[in-house]
Amino acid sequence: MRSVFNKTLLELAKKDDRIFMVLADIGYGEIEPFAQAFPDRYFNVGVAEQNMTGIACGIAMEGNIPVTYSIANFPTLRCLEQIRNDVCYHNANVKIVIIGGGVAYGPLGISHHSTEDLAIMRALPNMVVLAPSDLAEASEATKAMIKYDGPIYYRCGYKKEPPIHEDSIDFKIGRAITVCDGTDAGVIYTGTIGYNAKLAVKELDKKGIKCRFISMHTVKPIDSEIIVKAAKETGAIITVEEHNMMGGLGGAVAEVLMDSNLTNIKCKRIALPDVNISKVGSQEWLREQYGMSPQGIADTIEKTVRQK
Amino acid sequence: MEYLRLATLIRAYAVRMTHRGKSGHVGSSLSMADLISVLYTKILRVNPSQPDWQERDRFILSKGHAAAGVYVALAEKGFFPKDWLDTYYQDNGRLSGHISHHVPGVEFSTGSLGHGLPVAAGMAINAKRKNKNYRIFALLSDGDCNEGSTWESIMFAAQHHLDNLIAILDYNKIQALGRSKDIIDLEPLTEKLKAFHWAVKEINGHNYQQIEDALTNVPLESSKPSFIIAHTIKGKGVSFFEDTVSCHYKYANEEELEKAYNELGVKI
Ligand SMILES: [Mg+2]
Repeated sequence: MRSVFNKTLLELAKKDDRIFMVLADIGYGEIEPFAQAFPDRYFNVGVAEQNMTGIACGIAMEGNIPVTYSIANFPTLRCLEQIRNDVCYHNANVKIVIIGGGVAYGPLGISHHSTEDLAIMRALPNMVVLAPSDLAEASEATKAMIKYDGPIYYRCGYKKEPPIHEDSIDFKIGRAITVCDGTDAGVIYTGTIGYNAKLAVKELDKKGIKCRFISMHTVKPIDSEIIVKAAKETGAIITVEEHNMMGGLGGAVAEVLMDSNLTNIKCKRIALPDVNISKVGSQEWLREQYGMSPQGIADTIEKTVRQK
Repeated sequence: MEYLRLATLIRAYAVRMTHRGKSGHVGSSLSMADLISVLYTKILRVNPSQPDWQERDRFILSKGHAAAGVYVALAEKGFFPKDWLDTYYQDNGRLSGHISHHVPGVEFSTGSLGHGLPVAAGMAINAKRKNKNYRIFALLSDGDCNEGSTWESIMFAAQHHLDNLIAILDYNKIQALGRSKDIIDLEPLTEKLKAFHWAVKEINGHNYQQIEDALTNVPLESSKPSFIIAHTIKGKGVSFFEDTVSCHYKYANEEELEKAYNELGVKI
């Protein structure tokens, strides 16, 4: 997915000279084409994420579209106050891109996991939060992000994520995509964990459990309408995210249900527990450890639906 | 003399505004009043009738807690009506305690230290890449120079030869909890900055001729960013505030307000 992001950004930058890349010494093997094509609009500030964000904000204040880019938490948590005070308060047109959302860099350990980002980024006024789930969404999300005027957080995958959408997609910020329809439960996911959720939904389909499967690629502003409709029409909402249980997609969906007085339906959040992950293993192995293998997701959905 | 007139008004209003708001940081405005006066009288190319004029010089107050002092200069220049000054720190006021870009003439909001210079450096590198002639000024405090992010941008600015970037340090050698030398001693600061490939000049930050000379002759060296270390006295101009840590927190009471007016020779 990171290659798709970088290629799409490069194409956009050919047509729009406001696009800058501001890096903090991360991106080997991916960012070189941009650096070579646009040396005037490319800076590596060194390993200095606070300065990266401040520099990007200064460039944005002058009418440009700088993209900050690094691994996992580096461009968010290390420089959170710069994002809050400089970028969000000034509504500066900075795009913050991370590579490796969730536990994508599994065996590298917790310093390279991004598992609180959705909660923290969505708590910032003016911030839009995107988490594309496959390569088609990644490309469309990149285009939409550049077109949008204002701060955006973009949670990018790390490798060649398999496709979730079979047809071409209509990607709009804040408008979720229904991947397949169903009436037994609304299964709402965000990000690359969506593929495991898709396998789970397919498995359940064979058992006669028909899920409405929804990609919530924009965690903020969240598509309340599609959530309310799914809750009313299916009576069960299950969220799936590769993120801490607290404050991410599940929290955002719960807020919508509460504000809509839809508290009498079956609900379940599938997410990472609120722990510091010290287990060592690949992304897929870690997902399985925390109930997010296709089978784990299917079991939780089935159990929730049976309780209706 | 115009510099003295504006600096005195900045001081008198800063004491009055913080008195009315029962707010802190009066010493920080008094400390930089002469620097701000020269900047807004002579140095900064800005246009009060068109605050977002593209070719303006950019000025970022990184020590955002000294907002009151800048607000006075902006009001005097005509960026907004002078009666806004009395709304400082008040309910439904126009002017917040830390500097805000919602006020006409303010380039950037700050308040947490270490934010001003990185943003200024971003503006400076953009101006370089687009061949713009305006300059970018950032006014820093002792505390600002404790922040790692300030030093990140110091390294960045030198790396990219940003000679359109001018950092001014209001070096009153006092920070929130005491004397800077007892907390984080910045010395030898000139040598440090030179080692970081900046052009550096030390001046008396209360001497108008020295301030004017230094700021008129930027960049101090071509292809290097300029750092002007202005030696100042916290609370300058009001005897009972001068060189005290407490003037970071205290405001003048009724009696002290009158005393300050008398010392400054102004009544508002
Ligand atoms: Mg100081």
